[in-house]
Amino acid sequence: MTARAETWLWIIQRATAAVLALAVLIHIVTIVYAVRAGLSAPAVLARTQGNLWWLGFYLVFVLATALHAGVGLRTILRELTPWRGSSVDGASACASLFLLVAGWRAAIGLFA
Amino acid sequence: MSWRARNHPSYWAFVLHRVSGLLLAVFLPFHFWALSTAITGAARLDAFLDWTRQPLVTLAETGLVILLAAHLTGGLRLLALEFLAWPNWQKSAVGLSAGISLAVGLLFLLNAL
Repeated sequence: MTARAETWLWIIQRATAAVLALAVLIHIVTIVYAVRAGLSAPAVLARTQGNLWWLGFYLVFVLATALHAGVGLRTILRELTPWRGSSVDGASACASLFLLVAGWRAAIGLFA
Repeated sequence: MSWRARNHPSYWAFVLHRVSGLLLAVFLPFHFWALSTAITGAARLDAFLDWTRQPLVTLAETGLVILLAAHLTGGLRLLALEFLAWPNWQKSAVGLSAGISLAVGLLFLLNAL
């Protein structure tokens, strides 16, 4: 990977970290509120379904998470294993894409 | 790397950030799968939620909340190190991150029980 591309990955990791700092804080508050209110499917779906603001929030949250996890996994693989080159870049990109599709599918299923 | 270099709060903060990040990335597909059970109907989601009420699962969830909080506070510490002036409170930042993470885990556990 070129130095320019590595720089972009560094920027993506920091930019998504900044988005995630706020999103994870909101997510933790939501988790504590939800378990306090009691978790049952009707209660969860009543809170979520048709709530487009939360859908928008989670679509952005998942996008930032998928990018952040992919770049992070690539960093860990390159630190701990001898794996280098375009194959490790491709595997990390696949991990990001998988998380993006799985996460968006879940968010749309819950909130749309 | 020598043991002396490793036996430092900043080194353990680095290890915790890598380990928590990796475990959260591994957990995410299961999290998304569990949430997507709602797509196929409330009954499947309810069956899954019933399963999560076992004490060991609640304990594992508490561990995940602590990992998430640790990755958040550890990440904020890293952003502060990289983008703010070189600080002389690095050990305090590690301690603060750990303390907040454990407090968040406790808050979750007390509300989940």
